[in-house]
Amino acid sequence: MRTTAIPAQPGSAQHRPDSFDVERVRRDFPILQRTINGKPLVYLDNAATGQKPQAVIDTISRYYAAENANIHRGVHRLSVDATAAYEGARAKVQRFMGAARPEEIIFVRSATEAINLVAQAYARPTLKPGDEVLISTMEHHSNIVPWQIVCEQTGSVLRVVPINDAGEYMFEEYEQLLSSRTRLVAVTHVSNALGTINPVRRIIEVAHQRDIPVLVDGAQAAPHLAIDVKELDCDFYAISGHKMFGPSGIGALYGKYELLDDMPPYQGGGEMILSVSFEGTVYNHVPHKFEAGTPNIAGAIGLGATVDYLQQIGLDNIATYEHELLVYATEALSAVPDVRLIGTARAKAAVLSFLVGDIHPHDVGTILDLEGIAVRTGHHCAQPVMQRFGITATARASLALYNTTAEIDALVAGVGKVRKVFG
Amino acid sequence: MSALTDLYQQLILDHNKSPRNRRKLEPADGRAEGYNPLCGDRVTVYLSLDGDIVRDIAFEGSGCAISTAAASMMTQRLKGKSVSEAKSLFEKFRRLLTDEHGVGDGGPELGKLEAFGGVRRFPARVKCATLVWHTLNAALENREDIVSTE
Repeated sequence: MRTTAIPAQPGSAQHRPDSFDVERVRRDFPILQRTINGKPLVYLDNAATGQKPQAVIDTISRYYAAENANIHRGVHRLSVDATAAYEGARAKVQRFMGAARPEEIIFVRSATEAINLVAQAYARPTLKPGDEVLISTMEHHSNIVPWQIVCEQTGSVLRVVPINDAGEYMFEEYEQLLSSRTRLVAVTHVSNALGTINPVRRIIEVAHQRDIPVLVDGAQAAPHLAIDVKELDCDFYAISGHKMFGPSGIGALYGKYELLDDMPPYQGGGEMILSVSFEGTVYNHVPHKFEAGTPNIAGAIGLGATVDYLQQIGLDNIATYEHELLVYATEALSAVPDVRLIGTARAKAAVLSFLVGDIHPHDVGTILDLEGIAVRTGHHCAQPVMQRFGITATARASLALYNTTAEIDALVAGVGKVRKVFG
Repeated sequence: MSALTDLYQQLILDHNKSPRNRRKLEPADGRAEGYNPLCGDRVTVYLSLDGDIVRDIAFEGSGCAISTAAASMMTQRLKGKSVSEAKSLFEKFRRLLTDEHGVGDGGPELGKLEAFGGVRRFPARVKCATLVWHTLNAALENREDIVSTE
């Protein structure tokens, strides 16, 4: 697992690895040719969703144009081919995540659904009144609310690991919060609002010393870092297709086989059964037990094409390049008077949440939009993070493999314009 | 006028910088809280009525320039006006921001509130301007629930 620290040598943006050519990468993403308000699109909202490479668009289009059929159903040729493509995508995601076997990958709608699945099918039957689920302050709402719901259903208690002023997970407090009643730890790999990369390997190690399973929310990690669930030894890991430049409406849950095998189904319907009668129903095996109904076949196949694309470029190359962008952007934004960065963790992904004086982030976002620059403004579905820093919102530039230092320069010029309007 | 200067007119920037009537009003005949879940902004509107006439009106809360200026200019415009005039102005204001067929005839004039016409080109920002007016409606009815833009 590659984690990178911010204070790298300045000017390192000039020394990119030869294997990474950002201009070539940009040509893979047709939307980057667009103009917005007469200006070239500068897309810096990658933590909300990633843009799609042509290879992924073509795969989905080809599937619908020439290969569409339901899976695991027919004896006809199209159905057999669609089934092979769908299961082939599962194997690709398995390799991408470093899982031991393809059955450990469950296709879901989103990382949100993956977490809800674990909350309802793993935690709910396990939790007793007084048991504890341990999350952190920096979680996305999708890694908070499913646990609140299951705690309410079972009489369990939600405990929260605090973060420090830099937006880092407070490890000692975490160790103190682990108790004899802790039944599950859930933590984000990378914070969507702050960019913090959490020490998930250590978090898991400490939890496992007490036989507590750990779920990692990897929605923000998958597009930027190499993931290896075997090396992490996590029990569950959730990813989101659209955030890693794949289709929306598809995500994946990794779960250790023994855990998944023991869990009851999440939803009932077709596909998840072996036989149905009114006297009783026999459930299908993992992973089909958790994939009731016709799944998002095109989405899964598209996700397969997405991981092919990312692996072809190489997650380590992406992480190195994005770190250089982060260093460049951090220096450039910090040099603008009145700009305050929220989230200054030592280990950080390329996310820059910031405030410009007392100018409201929505006004910042609108003026940047007029310059063709897309940033997210608001609470980023992480209101507890905003509360932690005593603010209601930030503007957030979140970078990806196709962003350039020229685009950072455009952002900095845009922020200059914001200051001028409100000067 | 560019979209930028059309949206952030000097009048709006001035009211954002020094909002009028931003204070608590107690006791109040009407009070309501508004919330925009998209940005987390909150606004509270206080009303003091003399029969059908708005004797005093104030607001609390902080938000973007559009929402702060909207609250400031709304309170300034409505002081001394009747409840029915206030409702009619809200309808006109809403149409200014959303209706492409103009704001219609009759009733009180929008006057300076027409400065918000530029918001129409920014659909994502219309709620910033209307939240305080929706909250006013609730304050007139002295409703307990929080008004949401969603």
